[in-house]
Amino acid sequence: MAVATEEQILAGLAEIIDEIVGIDKAEVTPEKNFIDDLDIDSLSMVEIAVAAQDKFEVEIPDDELRNLKTVKDVVDFVQKLSV
Amino acid sequence: MTGLTLRTAPTRPGSRVLAFGDHQPAKIVTNHDLAAVMDTSDEWIRSRVGIIERRIAEDDETIVDMAVQAGGKALAASGLGPSDIDLVIVATCSAESPMPSQAPTVAHRLGIEAPGAYDVNSACSGFCYALAAADAAVRVGSARNVLVIGAEKMSQWIDWTDRSTAIIFADGAGAAVVGPSDTPGIGPVVWGSDGSQPERIQIENRKAYISQEGQAVFRWATTAVAPTALKAIEAAGLVPDDLAAIVPHQANLRIVDLIARRIKASNAVVADDVTLSGNTSGASIPLALAHMIERGDVPSGAPALLVGFGAGLSYAAQVIQIP
Repeated sequence: MAVATEEQILAGLAEIIDEIVGIDKAEVTPEKNFIDDLDIDSLSMVEIAVAAQDKFEVEIPDDELRNLKTVKDVVDFVQKLSV
Repeated sequence: MTGLTLRTAPTRPGSRVLAFGDHQPAKIVTNHDLAAVMDTSDEWIRSRVGIIERRIAEDDETIVDMAVQAGGKALAASGLGPSDIDLVIVATCSAESPMPSQAPTVAHRLGIEAPGAYDVNSACSGFCYALAAADAAVRVGSARNVLVIGAEKMSQWIDWTDRSTAIIFADGAGAAVVGPSDTPGIGPVVWGSDGSQPERIQIENRKAYISQEGQAVFRWATTAVAPTALKAIEAAGLVPDDLAAIVPHQANLRIVDLIARRIKASNAVVADDVTLSGNTSGASIPLALAHMIERGDVPSGAPALLVGFGAGLSYAAQVIQIP
């Protein structure tokens, strides 16, 4: 997946989150905060980042991961790197 | 004079683990006990690391004390006596002091007279390194039988106000007696290290406590360790479905589960000893094995995968036959 649209990344991310922490895909909307709204802990965030790396063929190091607080943050980050 | 040829010791076709032994301190520290002294809760600890309780040694209970208990049990279960042991290896990363090493004192207290004796420090992968050394020693003939012990008193290097480490680490010892075998009962070790990240898990100086970069270690453990385990299975001439047990270092339950899921061994029991024992670093693999054998989770002769990983970063894996 070299160039993906925002919608594609969001859908892909929602699939990953569903798989890893079992949150319904419909819940994963751009404004949601991972910790406060989706109740995802720091270790699950690492799992999600690793799965997202594989799916979107981008690198999401721990230093960057710390700044990715909302679903939109991840979508923007992935899109920025994949264009 | 030239042309002299040195003689080597008679070699053996293989080695195997004859018996395991375990020892844990009597004192149980529950999550509720920890919640009373730091900002945490039973629910929080269980969901993050899967630990329910752990064993913590008393101030006067040393690594040597625990190693002697576990080693003595393994020796008794093996049917061998102290005079049959030529080499004692203790895997530990939590010694009270760096000198002397633990192994000579342990051997002396077990009545093993003048064996080769040394410690191995490769932290949480230490037992797998020590077991590989024992296997090699038996096969090349430098020892008839070897006592291998993983023994840790992590609690003496814990900052009890740091909940990122205090909820995880614990104390205990596990031991194995390794002896000769006509057919190999210990497969080839597959090992390695990544010295570019020493700061991930460390005790920074002699006055410091264990510190761990949780997210980075979690990422490494859940991505880099399974490939090593798969190589060890292949090196032993097996496929994952042949395994009766997977015994990863008991770092935390989520890491254990993720490693096991990547190995995809559909017939294997996965060790979950961390839930009641905590993370005992170099002691966790033999402790988990001793408990699994005691409960009858794994039949004698069945292949089990051991994989250790931790500070260094270092890692090692091998397949063994359950004694």
